[in-house]
Amino acid sequence: MPITIPPIDFRVIMPEIVITLFACLVMLLEPFLPDRRKWILPHLSSLGVFVAAYFCLPLWNSNLLLWQGQALGDNLAVIFKIIFLLGTLLTILISYLKSGHHWGGEYYSLILFSTLGMMIMASSSDLIVIFLGLEVMSIALYVLAGFNRSDLKSNESAMKYFLMGAFSTGFLLYGIALIYGTTGSTNLNILVNNPHLTEPLFITGLGLILVGLAFKVATVPFHMWVPDVYEGAPTPITAFMAAGPKAAGFAALLRVFLIGLTPLAPMWITILWILAVLTMTLGNVLAIAQMNIKRMLAYSSIAHAGYILISVVAGGDDGLSSSVFYLLVYSLMTIGSFAVIIALGEKGEKNEELPDYRGLGLKYPLLGVCMTIFMVSLSGIPPTAGFVGKFYIFSAAVKNGQLELAIIGVLNSLISVYYYLRVVVIMFMQEAPSPSVVPHSSWSVQLALWLTAMATLGLGIFPDILFKITQQSWLFTLR
Amino acid sequence: MFDYIILIPLFSLIGFLLNGFLGKRLGKSFVSWVGPGSVGLSFTLALKLFLDLLALPADQRVIESITFPWIISGDLQVNIAFLLDPLSAVMMLIVCGVGFLIHVYSIGYMHDDPGYARYFSYLNLFEFSMLVLVLANNFLLMFLGWEGVGLCSYLLIGFWFEKKSAADAGKKAFIVNRIGDFGFLLGMILIFITFGSLNYLEVFETAPVLLDVGSGLAVAITLLLFTGAVGKSAQIPLYVWLPDAMEGPTPVSALIHAATMVTAGVYMVARCHVLYLLAPFSLSVVAVIGAITAFYSASIGLVQNDIKRVLAYSTISQLGYMFLACGVGAFAAGIFHLMTHAFFKALLFLGAGAVIHALAGEQDLRKMGGLKNHLPVTFVTFLIATLAISGVPLFSGFFSKDEILWKSFSQGNPFLWLIGIITAGLTAFYMFRLFFLTFYGQPRFDSHRTHPHEAPKSMTIPLIILALLSALGGYIGLPESLAGKNVFEKFLAPVFEAGTHLESAVHTYSHSTEYSLMLMSIAVAFIGIITAFRFYLKNPVAAEKIKTKFATTYRLLLNKYYMDELYDRIFVKPFLNLALYFWQFIDVQIVDGLANGSADFVAWCSKVFRKVQTGYIRNYALSLALGVVIILTYILTR
Repeated sequence: MPITIPPIDFRVIMPEIVITLFACLVMLLEPFLPDRRKWILPHLSSLGVFVAAYFCLPLWNSNLLLWQGQALGDNLAVIFKIIFLLGTLLTILISYLKSGHHWGGEYYSLILFSTLGMMIMASSSDLIVIFLGLEVMSIALYVLAGFNRSDLKSNESAMKYFLMGAFSTGFLLYGIALIYGTTGSTNLNILVNNPHLTEPLFITGLGLILVGLAFKVATVPFHMWVPDVYEGAPTPITAFMAAGPKAAGFAALLRVFLIGLTPLAPMWITILWILAVLTMTLGNVLAIAQMNIKRMLAYSSIAHAGYILISVVAGGDDGLSSSVFYLLVYSLMTIGSFAVIIALGEKGEKNEELPDYRGLGLKYPLLGVCMTIFMVSLSGIPPTAGFVGKFYIFSAAVKNGQLELAIIGVLNSLISVYYYLRVVVIMFMQEAPSPSVVPHSSWSVQLALWLTAMATLGLGIFPDILFKITQQSWLFTLR
Repeated sequence: MFDYIILIPLFSLIGFLLNGFLGKRLGKSFVSWVGPGSVGLSFTLALKLFLDLLALPADQRVIESITFPWIISGDLQVNIAFLLDPLSAVMMLIVCGVGFLIHVYSIGYMHDDPGYARYFSYLNLFEFSMLVLVLANNFLLMFLGWEGVGLCSYLLIGFWFEKKSAADAGKKAFIVNRIGDFGFLLGMILIFITFGSLNYLEVFETAPVLLDVGSGLAVAITLLLFTGAVGKSAQIPLYVWLPDAMEGPTPVSALIHAATMVTAGVYMVARCHVLYLLAPFSLSVVAVIGAITAFYSASIGLVQNDIKRVLAYSTISQLGYMFLACGVGAFAAGIFHLMTHAFFKALLFLGAGAVIHALAGEQDLRKMGGLKNHLPVTFVTFLIATLAISGVPLFSGFFSKDEILWKSFSQGNPFLWLIGIITAGLTAFYMFRLFFLTFYGQPRFDSHRTHPHEAPKSMTIPLIILALLSALGGYIGLPESLAGKNVFEKFLAPVFEAGTHLESAVHTYSHSTEYSLMLMSIAVAFIGIITAFRFYLKNPVAAEKIKTKFATTYRLLLNKYYMDELYDRIFVKPFLNLALYFWQFIDVQIVDGLANGSADFVAWCSKVFRKVQTGYIRNYALSLALGVVIILTYILTR
């Protein structure tokens, strides 16, 4: 009996194929390169990112899908892929150190593999495929978090991340199993029309999936790994984790709950409401007490997960587009702030404590201004992208009847101003200690800084272009 | 040609920018050319436009020149646009002409001042703002100029800001004016609400249709606008800033605080005469305030010893006359007096400046005297100005003041006329007191140290020109009773006739009544002069005698009725205390307390909650598991 291979439209999975190829290439090439040629690796990886992005673009408004939706080429998938690729590119840029020391071994290929996992997560309507993507992403990240092998904190970070991640993955997988057990399918399109949707087993499965994804986007009470992991991991990887995996987690969350299981909204909406409030409040309140800037940004990333949850609760096309908008903006400003930390933290001493930043704004005005832009944007003050993003989220919430949530969100932004602006105050209004920190930044870190700072400001002043694009993420979105 | 109106203020603006940004670098001669030069250009163009305007038939002398839209927001449409009609033309000529002469005078007067470029840039900015004020075709643009001249006044009063009294005087002028400006602003808003437009012509056209005579709205609008005029033109009760404004350089006092800016209130009332004629109550308020101010400040002027302060109180008094004229509906007479006053009061101030210049900064009348021979040009010109302001026949002040007195008798109230004529006598007295004390008698200055000398040409030529204007300027308004044609009133008539049909029936008086009143005012003027002559020239002891005999009154007048102290007690002190209370109690205790308290609370929460973050992975797992249990419990029991 001849086996007929069904025609496959490779266009849909072309970006993933490209990233896989480049990841393998980088990994295989590394052992054969002498140390002085190691600079080829980041360049090659960046090239891979660009090529993948190139293959993403034709998918816009194409509405293609493969294997009953196991691979989707809809607008939401495209825009998330672009966000991931942007985050990856910026991570590669800020990984390039001036000292000539290159991240050896599998560093860049792991980043690319992690990106691959995210892309898979964001473009499938099958729970198993989403789970596969999540694991590809996470396993690469566990390794990356511990990449500073000689650093105890980095080891601790990797260990904690791995243990907690494995624990939460168990819940996710168990949830998927329960759902499959009740409905006989893992495909969202099929199971949403199933008559067993109210069975306790199915509901339990739904709750467990929610936990698994909530862990990835770091919502309270599944957030406790975040500060330790963020603090210990190499700073570029922290930036990468704050941007990419969070966005990927939200991509899956949006895909499963907001798009796939919209009819079940009454079931999960209250939980997400409570999670959003808890996450914002706890993240912001705890950030105030942090003296280590990476830990502070870790709590800030928790708080931001809370803001984005508001838009998931708000739902509808406004909720979807505002969360996509905010995820992109958040990636830019958080990677930007980590780039500043990198610029100041190179060369052995890490300079991650807030007092290390005293007087730096006056000594290095450009660096200071960039950091100010990011901090102002993170706290949501105009004319920055962070303000516009929050504005869209809150207005989506108000529009869809979640006024209380919007008010709580605004109050939380108010709290957050305290610790974000403290960084600015320390940088500009306190005397520099002597000897003060001397920034060493390579051209690529500076490039990343400029790109993110300009984009943060630019999107704050002209948000229309991006917002029009994110609004179309709802169009042609497949179930 | 009329489209070039915008150039008139623009020249001064360019002058301001050049002097302000480059003046210090390019040196004094550059500033001396740009400063007066830009105003000179404005004056030339203004003269040309004035002649063009004259060439038109009388009923077509209203030209609007719209340059570009300024603010367009909903119903509000405001253009940068100018209105040239006989009224604004007269004001434009006064502002440019007198302004130009005073700019020239300043070259000599300010020559050694280190802030030369700064001075001329401010003066140019003032000239720009004042021209915008008088040429605007809508209330908002006028308000722009109005605030602009206020700013320049503040800057120039405090020009020598290192002197505390000057800085304080600037502040006082600014704050007192703000009160009036607030009224003006409210009036303007009320106009916009009522008429839906801020354009003069539109407002004045619809006003008689929309509002009844004596309606509350008309009264409210006009009284609010008048508040602005009271502040800017230093009338009771907001006059207190003007005497202190004499801390500024003397040419500034001449230009801003005598000839132009302080008359802006009169111009505004005259410009809005259509509205005022709809509110007879407001008109009487204007007239009464004007008359009382005229008398009140003339009485203070009787005993002041600072040459500039006498002139300042005299200015307030003369402005009172102008408001009196407007209040009785004789707007043309008010503007006529505005013009002659601009000539002779500018001349008086510039002459006083020449005296102060000659005596190396001395302003106290008791330390002057006998300057007649030292300063011949100043003496003659000053005499002409003194004669003019005292209302001696044949000089300009006589015609304009008499016109006002006549109108207040014939159209207003004999009582107002009585106040006016008594004030005229006081005016003649204090002006000649000042004149005699300055130029006659024994020199009371230290003649060994001070050698008075005549001012340079740049200062004396403006004096001479202004003297000619003071002497002859009145003849364009020669009343019909004196075989004149009153060209001035006829020229302004098209502006003011819009409202004439609203005027109440005018009593008709024969020429003989007019003649007898005229004779009375001449007599009063001469009585004032002769008294001053007897007291201060012939028999100085008599003055001292009177001083001791009426010691209480004298002290009351010398201390300006203790009005500054009273204001300090009633307004300034309580206000400061209130501000202190708001700051130290409401702000520091309550507002800051609330803010800091909530911040402390959040920080405290932060400290408590962070203890949960133990760093032990078993605790983390426990928290995760607890979360799962709670979520599942909720979801299943829902």
